[in-house]
Amino acid sequence: MILLWFIVILLAGGLLAWSVGRWNPLWARGIALGALAIDLLLGLILWLQRPGGVVFSNQGAWWVQMEWPWLPPFGISFHLALDGLSLLLVLLTFFLGLMAVVASWSEIQERVGFFHFNVLWTLAGVVGVFLAVDLFLFYFFWEMMLVPMAFLIFIWGHENRVYAAIKFFVFTQASGLLMLVAILTLSFLHNQQTGSYSFNAMQWLELPLAPATAMWLMLGFFVAFAVKLPVVPLHTWLPDAHTEAPTAGSVILAGLLLKTGAYGLLRFVVPLFPDAAKTFATVAMSLGVIGILYGAVLAFAQTDVKRLVAYTSVSHMGFVLLGIFAWNELAWQGAVLQMICHGISTGALFILAGALQERLHTRDMRDMGGLWSTVPRMGGVALFFAMASLGLPGLGNFVAEFLVLIGSFRVNAFLTIMATVGLVAATVYALRLIQQTFHGPNKEGWKVPDLTLRDMAIMAVMIAALVYLGLYPQPILDTVNPALSHLQRVVEPLGMLAR
Amino acid sequence: MAVDLLAALPLIALAATAIVALLVVAFRRNHLITAVVTLLGHGAAFASLAVAATVIPRQITALLIIDGYALFYMALLLVASFVVSVLAYGYLKGRADPVEEFYILQVLATLGAVVLVVSRHFVSLFLGLELLSVALYALIAYLRTDDRPLEAGLKYLLLAGASSAFLLFGVALLYAELGTMEFDRMAQSLAVGENIRRVFVLAGLAMTITGIGFKLAVVPFHMWTPDVYEGAPAPVTAFVATVSKGAVVALLLRYFAQAGAYPYSSLILVFSLIAGVSMVVGNLLALLQSNVKRVLAYSSIAHLGYVLVAFVASGSQGAEAVTFYLIAYIVTTLGAFGVVTVVSEKDRDADSIEVYRGLFWRRPGLAMIFTATLLSLAGIPLTAGFLGKVYVLLAGIHSALWPLVILLVLTSALGLVYYLRIVVAMYAALPQLETARHRPPVPSSSLAGNIILVTLAIGLVWLGVYPAPIIRAIRLTVASLL
Repeated sequence: MILLWFIVILLAGGLLAWSVGRWNPLWARGIALGALAIDLLLGLILWLQRPGGVVFSNQGAWWVQMEWPWLPPFGISFHLALDGLSLLLVLLTFFLGLMAVVASWSEIQERVGFFHFNVLWTLAGVVGVFLAVDLFLFYFFWEMMLVPMAFLIFIWGHENRVYAAIKFFVFTQASGLLMLVAILTLSFLHNQQTGSYSFNAMQWLELPLAPATAMWLMLGFFVAFAVKLPVVPLHTWLPDAHTEAPTAGSVILAGLLLKTGAYGLLRFVVPLFPDAAKTFATVAMSLGVIGILYGAVLAFAQTDVKRLVAYTSVSHMGFVLLGIFAWNELAWQGAVLQMICHGISTGALFILAGALQERLHTRDMRDMGGLWSTVPRMGGVALFFAMASLGLPGLGNFVAEFLVLIGSFRVNAFLTIMATVGLVAATVYALRLIQQTFHGPNKEGWKVPDLTLRDMAIMAVMIAALVYLGLYPQPILDTVNPALSHLQRVVEPLGMLAR
Repeated sequence: MAVDLLAALPLIALAATAIVALLVVAFRRNHLITAVVTLLGHGAAFASLAVAATVIPRQITALLIIDGYALFYMALLLVASFVVSVLAYGYLKGRADPVEEFYILQVLATLGAVVLVVSRHFVSLFLGLELLSVALYALIAYLRTDDRPLEAGLKYLLLAGASSAFLLFGVALLYAELGTMEFDRMAQSLAVGENIRRVFVLAGLAMTITGIGFKLAVVPFHMWTPDVYEGAPAPVTAFVATVSKGAVVALLLRYFAQAGAYPYSSLILVFSLIAGVSMVVGNLLALLQSNVKRVLAYSSIAHLGYVLVAFVASGSQGAEAVTFYLIAYIVTTLGAFGVVTVVSEKDRDADSIEVYRGLFWRRPGLAMIFTATLLSLAGIPLTAGFLGKVYVLLAGIHSALWPLVILLVLTSALGLVYYLRIVVAMYAALPQLETARHRPPVPSSSLAGNIILVTLAIGLVWLGVYPAPIIRAIRLTVASLL
């Protein structure tokens, strides 16, 4: 039941924030904050209580489950389940949600109630995606997070917001529909072989598939997740959407929506189509490496702060793709850790970019420079997150990328070496970001207020989280390991062959 | 005989409504009274469905068949027509011209639609189709002081006349070859007859398809759609889009199921092509429009293409999908045109996208309902349109129609763009100048109209979230057909 509460609190909070937002914007902010805080607290309690023996069944390492029939004629049920992987991502969702709400405290002044409604409903969709085991329900949440997100972009976004919102929507929807076709086909095959429809991923695990069919279906899923992740030829919506979105939108997009793609790959593509995905692994890993390098090079070439950060996401998510298709537990651990660390570090960078834009009314780095002397606190914090982003040892991102690289090195040394080059490129663009904005002469003579206490508070929390993840990531790995070992067992026969 | 009358009670009730309304108008011209008589007539016809249900299945002469399938579709069409009447009341209220005849014509058109649903014979098919068409000519051109309705009415008259001629010629060919005009007898003659010239049968079937395709407005019989949608008064457009098309789809399903036309693979190929081209052309051309009514016109072409995908899929899966999609489409389209009706001013329908700019900040309820209907047309979850699309895709996958399935997916992603454009406009910030100037209260809204819109929106979400009861009813319905 707690799983349902996670979602219901967000939905109800959203409606409440909208209705009271007309009278007092502060209440709307308070309600959004409260709803997310309650959810985060519930999640943390769940984490700390940690049921002693995690149930290891054929169907997963689930901690908590709930199932209600929804559309019996088609075997569709309202089926949520949570294991270590989902738990971490759900916690990340609440955490970044809180950060996003606080970060838009002064940025959003119009239609505050409706804004927080959209934020909370997007987050509810994201949580649903991380929890759904019934694929129909999964698709339902997958689309549910889309609509309010598009609203966030095109109501509160910047100059080119309508174009960005529609592009984002169409890319995601087109790829999502291909996934829907794959989902429906699987349920149809289930009907053909067992005589009843089912959308339950756990039951699909036992479904024998012809290799060609499996490959097509896998591609249907892969495209949807690849657009979200994003994988390079399908990434073009991302720089636009991230750049045009308001700060909270960028944080949620980069920190959470991209992770839904990675989560989908780990949760569904790998276990449902092990053979097909294994065959496809080299292609996927190459795409990952291309993404790492391409994202890094393009990030270096940007003059728009938010666009630069957006392209670093493309680069960092390449590591996730590489890790997932490296097909071993070490790389998977790295990918999961990367998802969390990238969420926090990029989220923070977007909050800083938003803060810059709010003060300077421009995102163009050519107009910036020498800001360190006027906003020293912001400079220091930005330097920290730029270091995190380039993978400085001692911070979470380093551990994550290191694990991914170790994991993938035994599978494909060449691609791993190429990916390592991406780390060097990351240093270049991260340093350029700092140099162009905070160092050098203050040509424009900027004099603007520094980060407020409120901003510093959320920055401090995010810094603490990254340092913790960098120095002692073991609790995180312990939490996710049962889920990953289960994954390993599902695909094991192939894993043995590969070695 | 008495049982026949019981079974035909819904038809009789509708016919009586038309006559009573005519008499009322003759004695006392009053908009409200006529509208109430019309609505009560719809109610009586709906109630008499329950009476008819006690004696089904019942064949009445060689022409009509009242079965579960017919009753289900009649209920659907009566509800849709009822909604149109309510919308029309707000729309027509306060106009200078006489408005009472509108309702009489509308009841006649609905009667024609209902006859289509129950016909099992080409004569009743033709009767129903003409009753529907002739009433529609007048309805489309009802606001005769304006040029655009007149142009639309004339266009519809000419093209509908031509398509009726095709239909008649096709019927004549079929009759010449098979010696019968009853659907199920045709199937028998086709099954046993050795000395049948297939060419003539095929030509006959193809020509009847032309007549039906015109009413469905699928490519290449779609030319009239945008002009008629744009020119006709908004409630009439809603009627054309829902009742008229719904009745013809119901007829098509029965015709193909009973006349045994499914084995004709060339016909199925034709329908596959029509479905594919309709999806592509409808969605592509909608992209180029800036007029909301024209956008909805082209989108309806695409939606009928989706329906035909399910139709081509055939079997009980296909028929279920057609029926569900049609229900979702009718609820959604009524909602969309309902909003257009309510927003319309007396001198011009609200068809420019500018009218909708910033609607959310002026009239949030109306804008949310319109958003819901547009998202449903686009097939986003939580709405009826989404489940309809899932149903159609499932039927397509079931019959392994991969090209059509992929085409459906790609074109509906394309379709998002034009729906979102309208949505975006509604949520766009108003220019400061315009917010300062108070707009007059929207004239076409009425309490009844608002209640209907809210009901439609609730129905839309309900169908999208918990369609299990409807699905059960559809399964029973389809079982009575096949």
